[in-house]
Amino acid sequence: MASFKPTKIHVYPKLGEKVTQDTLYWKNYKAPIQIKQFGAVSNVAFSPVAPYNFAVTAFTRIHIYGPFSQEPIKSFTRFKDTAYSGRFRSDGQLLVAGCEDSVVRLFDVGGKTALRMFKGHTKAVHLTDFTSDRYQIVTGSDDYSCRLWDIPNATELNTYREHTDYIRCGVTSKLNRDLFITGSYDHTVKLFDVRTDKSVMTMDHEQPVESLLLYPSEGLLVSAGGRFVKVWDLLKQGQPLVSLRNHHKTVTCLCLSKNGERLLSASLDRHVKVYNTTNYKVVHNFDYPASILSLALAPYDESIVVGMTNSVLSIKHKKSPSESKDSTSQQRRRPSYRMFVKGKNYIPKQDDFLVGKQVKEHLAKHDKQLKKFNVSKALDTALESWTRRRKPEVTVAVIKELNRRGTLKNALAGRDEQELSRILNFLIGNLVDARFTLVLVTPAEMILDIYRSIIGQSPVIDRQLLRLHELLERELDYQRELLEVLGMLDTLFASSLPRNAVECSGISGLVLRFVEREQCSETEIYQ
Amino acid sequence: MVEHADIRVVHRGGSKINFRAPVISDDSRLLLCASGECVKVYSTSTEECVHHLRAHTDVVTGVVLRPSNHLQVYSCSMDGTIRLWDFTDAILIKMFHLVAVHLQQSTEQLVEARELSVVISHVSSNPAAIAFGRAGEYLASTKGLQLEVFFLKKQKSNRFSLKEENKKGRKNTFSCVTCHPTDDCIATGHEDGQIRLWRNFSHKKEYTYSTLHWHHTTVGSLCFTPEGTNLLSGGVESVLVQWRYNQDTQRDFLPRLGAAITHVTVSPDGTLFTTTHSDNKITIIRSGAKVSAVIQGLVKGESIETDLLIDPRSKALVMNGKPGHLQFYSLQRDKLMYNLDIVQQEYIYQSDLQQFEVVKAAFNSSGNWLATVEREQKDAELELNLKLWAFDDQTQSFVLNTTISAPHENRITALCFSPATDSQTTTVLVSSSKDGHFKAWQLAAHTEDEGPCWSCDFVGAYHGLVPSCCCFSADGSLLAVSFQEVVTVWSSASWELLTTLSQPPGDIRDLCFGQLSCSKYLLGTSTSNLLLCWNLLTCSLEWSTSMDISLLLADPLSENMAAFSSFSSLLSVFVFKPSEPRPIFSQKAVCSGKVMRAVFAPREEMLESCEESSQWLNRCQLYFLSQHMVNSSAAGSAQPNALIGSHQSLVAMTPFHLLLGKRPSLLQTPAHVLPSTSYLCSMFVRSLLISVTDNRSVTQYSYSTNTHSSAFTGFILHGSQNCPFVVNLFSGAERCLRKL
Repeated sequence: MASFKPTKIHVYPKLGEKVTQDTLYWKNYKAPIQIKQFGAVSNVAFSPVAPYNFAVTAFTRIHIYGPFSQEPIKSFTRFKDTAYSGRFRSDGQLLVAGCEDSVVRLFDVGGKTALRMFKGHTKAVHLTDFTSDRYQIVTGSDDYSCRLWDIPNATELNTYREHTDYIRCGVTSKLNRDLFITGSYDHTVKLFDVRTDKSVMTMDHEQPVESLLLYPSEGLLVSAGGRFVKVWDLLKQGQPLVSLRNHHKTVTCLCLSKNGERLLSASLDRHVKVYNTTNYKVVHNFDYPASILSLALAPYDESIVVGMTNSVLSIKHKKSPSESKDSTSQQRRRPSYRMFVKGKNYIPKQDDFLVGKQVKEHLAKHDKQLKKFNVSKALDTALESWTRRRKPEVTVAVIKELNRRGTLKNALAGRDEQELSRILNFLIGNLVDARFTLVLVTPAEMILDIYRSIIGQSPVIDRQLLRLHELLERELDYQRELLEVLGMLDTLFASSLPRNAVECSGISGLVLRFVEREQCSETEIYQ
Repeated sequence: MVEHADIRVVHRGGSKINFRAPVISDDSRLLLCASGECVKVYSTSTEECVHHLRAHTDVVTGVVLRPSNHLQVYSCSMDGTIRLWDFTDAILIKMFHLVAVHLQQSTEQLVEARELSVVISHVSSNPAAIAFGRAGEYLASTKGLQLEVFFLKKQKSNRFSLKEENKKGRKNTFSCVTCHPTDDCIATGHEDGQIRLWRNFSHKKEYTYSTLHWHHTTVGSLCFTPEGTNLLSGGVESVLVQWRYNQDTQRDFLPRLGAAITHVTVSPDGTLFTTTHSDNKITIIRSGAKVSAVIQGLVKGESIETDLLIDPRSKALVMNGKPGHLQFYSLQRDKLMYNLDIVQQEYIYQSDLQQFEVVKAAFNSSGNWLATVEREQKDAELELNLKLWAFDDQTQSFVLNTTISAPHENRITALCFSPATDSQTTTVLVSSSKDGHFKAWQLAAHTEDEGPCWSCDFVGAYHGLVPSCCCFSADGSLLAVSFQEVVTVWSSASWELLTTLSQPPGDIRDLCFGQLSCSKYLLGTSTSNLLLCWNLLTCSLEWSTSMDISLLLADPLSENMAAFSSFSSLLSVFVFKPSEPRPIFSQKAVCSGKVMRAVFAPREEMLESCEESSQWLNRCQLYFLSQHMVNSSAAGSAQPNALIGSHQSLVAMTPFHLLLGKRPSLLQTPAHVLPSTSYLCSMFVRSLLISVTDNRSVTQYSYSTNTHSSAFTGFILHGSQNCPFVVNLFSGAERCLRKL
């Protein structure tokens, strides 16, 4: 006596993005905190020392936020015009910022007024940074020059006038105090060595350069400009390694995750993309409500801070381990483990007589009915609202099984208005789903056959039939259009093999055939 | 004397065990059933075959225990004999020949007084339609719409007829009959699924019957338990129904027994029930309604669509058996090893219901992968599933890896794996379909967490023609696909079309590459009765011959190819090497009928043989499945799909063999090597005598079947010792034997 084989529920491939380790990692952030700023947020920089405050440059102010507070713990407001590029020194004590009025200001994080003012540039300064020895500042300006300043003496050490357009970004080496790199709107990225007074390496980005980033090892340089993100190998004289084009608007900001395994790029197209740094494939994508100007990642990826053109600062904090567990533990409390092992771990003694107990097989509700050949009841259980909405594939599988047994007609017949409208509702919801069309066309035809005589008696059913008709006509139009597109594509790809032109025709043919029948019966309704 | 190798065709098993109802011995330890030309004795507890009772020369049509000695059994056969056996030791005790009885076509019932009497002249050929009543007092027989009860003591019979169709349009035709062991009650089964219990039938007018109804179609078999408390019935629903006698509302069910029930029997002590099923299976059920053992023979479906395959791992023969299953059948032990459930769906027992069928199957060369195609044809819609199964070492069975629904838009015509030359290269599966495409499927690591699964690698077509068969070369580098008249050769590495070969007119029917040293040859047969051999190095036709080849297959272990040709309805086998024009072996008239499927099965150990004509059988055996009728007599005991194997027997060259085996060669043999003439003469005469008696018995039997319809093909022996009917029958037979 074989056991009953339950109905096979077809597993359909999941649509949408695949769940990978990266998806799980980058989804593990809380809902963003949004803080309104006075203007577009042009720069976000994290302090390299705990508690990892971050400086937000927006319009004429620089605010410093703590890791948890939503109010700024400090504000620098003594700018005459728009401030740019507020950055911390490696010890987190000093902060430097450029300004539209061409003056570079140096602040003590604890104080309020500027410690030093470096004057010499003639136009707005968009790039300011400390060198790794902490005593010098590199600045780059719209007057095409970049300068090196000495902090203690507040003097200008050197001026480099090699760029031929605005200098908007740059980065200093963390390992060597003499090296810094600047990117300019003249499409070039230049590596300067303080000891030689001129650039030692030039790379052509072919787009106005918006952002630069050095890997922690400083062997690789990433530049962003236009729609492109390019990676350069500095150890091979600036040889281009990869060119990435995943954004469809200008890339404005670059950032590395905690261990340098992932590269993040933010763009005016409102997306932040996460790349794997070994194969440079996009592994995750964040959407933001407005164009992104600045992006920063806290150490250990604790939070993602994004500044946008609509002057909103968005902060996402990582979920703590307990919180990420919370989502699962909120589910229904299950009986304790002890309950299941009760009596199972009893070791029988030598003289004990063992009486075997037959394991009761568990069957789903619809399978229980199918086992008893109660076809109408099986269909009823499969059409229960939860199954119908959440797991339409179960309902479809039961319909298919009934059809296989040749009893689908019996199961569909003899329904009252309410039950019939439930079935029709399900058909309306799922008939044009490409996964279910093949199966569901049969019951739809059968319903029309069975209930043809009572059409016109119930307004509810008639309305649903008309909706079904409308739906099918629309679907038919889609299919026709798709076939047209397919035809166009075929002519385009005439030289290659017609591999991709197989799937649709079968379904559309079926739908066509069905709609023809449908139209016949619809005319009856109208009559 | 030299050892002589002789090639002959032998029947290797797979015979029906569900032809007639089995018999259980008195102690319930052994079960006897008729199986082809022998009677098999099974143990009811271990399911093993204990003995074969072999002596009959034709299909055994009935087995019954000897009432006077519970260790002996009678068997009857189409060869016209009844034999008495000791079944515990498998010894033949006695043989009776049936003789022709001249029946006058009149209504009188007594022909030969005292010894042989005809009691009922119009009987059904189905043994289930005749039953003895309580203590042998009466005999019930049904045919068509009539029940006839013959009272042996009163020597009179009562006939009861039913109307052709009752009110609801059901068929009232009788299908089986059984009698209550202690009560005057006859139970009859009908084609509409009703069971009627007849009482008071000794009166012609005042008889009554009550009706039991559960079955929805024909009641296949009925049986009372020895005490008469329960009535067992079974039918096509494959549910054993147990009715309480005199309590009509109470019944127990034993559902899902696997296939339609054809016979139900009860052991003499009532502890065991057996049900015989249409899929060549006997189920033994303890009276606690638990299945205790299953004896399963080779399942023969209506058609062997999957072809015969050899599982490279277990060397078992694989073909489709039960609906939706693949069966693995051990050729050495003539035993079904296991069934692999391919479709994994609840089987609904209902006639005229379209089921999923396994239509194609293929193994890769190491046996790690099995590909199956299942098909459901419902009206115009075709549902196809391609399933790939991986062998799991832990469970020692195949586990479903990938299901591809709708792999093609039309029927799949061929399925083959590429031979893996080493373990590194991935195997490729190629399927060709009537939709005009062939597709290559490859194992690909899909995601990290799910493991490898199969996906489509290439879709090929050739001028919109329909591909019919595909075949890989021995090293797996070339794929040959035949498109009607054209054979296309593709590179399996790059899927480039390398060359096309054609030899019109006629579509290509079979295609296979040569093996080993002949791997440069590609052989094909065409519908215009041509056997073609192409040389792939020159891309030209090497040779061709006009021959009606029905089947062409290559031996995987040698260069040899076998071709089956059905010339003038007689089957011939040719074994040849593609490189040599002369066949190595050819035998005409192997068997009658068409060979449907054949396969080379590797031997477990290689034979050492020097004879040139039989060397091709050293490494493997050739099995083929024929569709021939064993006997065309009126009894209708056709035996389709007998599994027949050709094997080589080593017989010492004795004078006896010389005489009996090759009588004509006696004249050619030099006189000095022969034994003395006087010695030979007596043997020669004796051999002739035996053959004459053999012939006689057969002719007599055929005569008896003509005149006597087929009452004896399934005879019934009643439990009471002094049953005059049977005794008369035997005495008559013995007397006739003496006259001979």
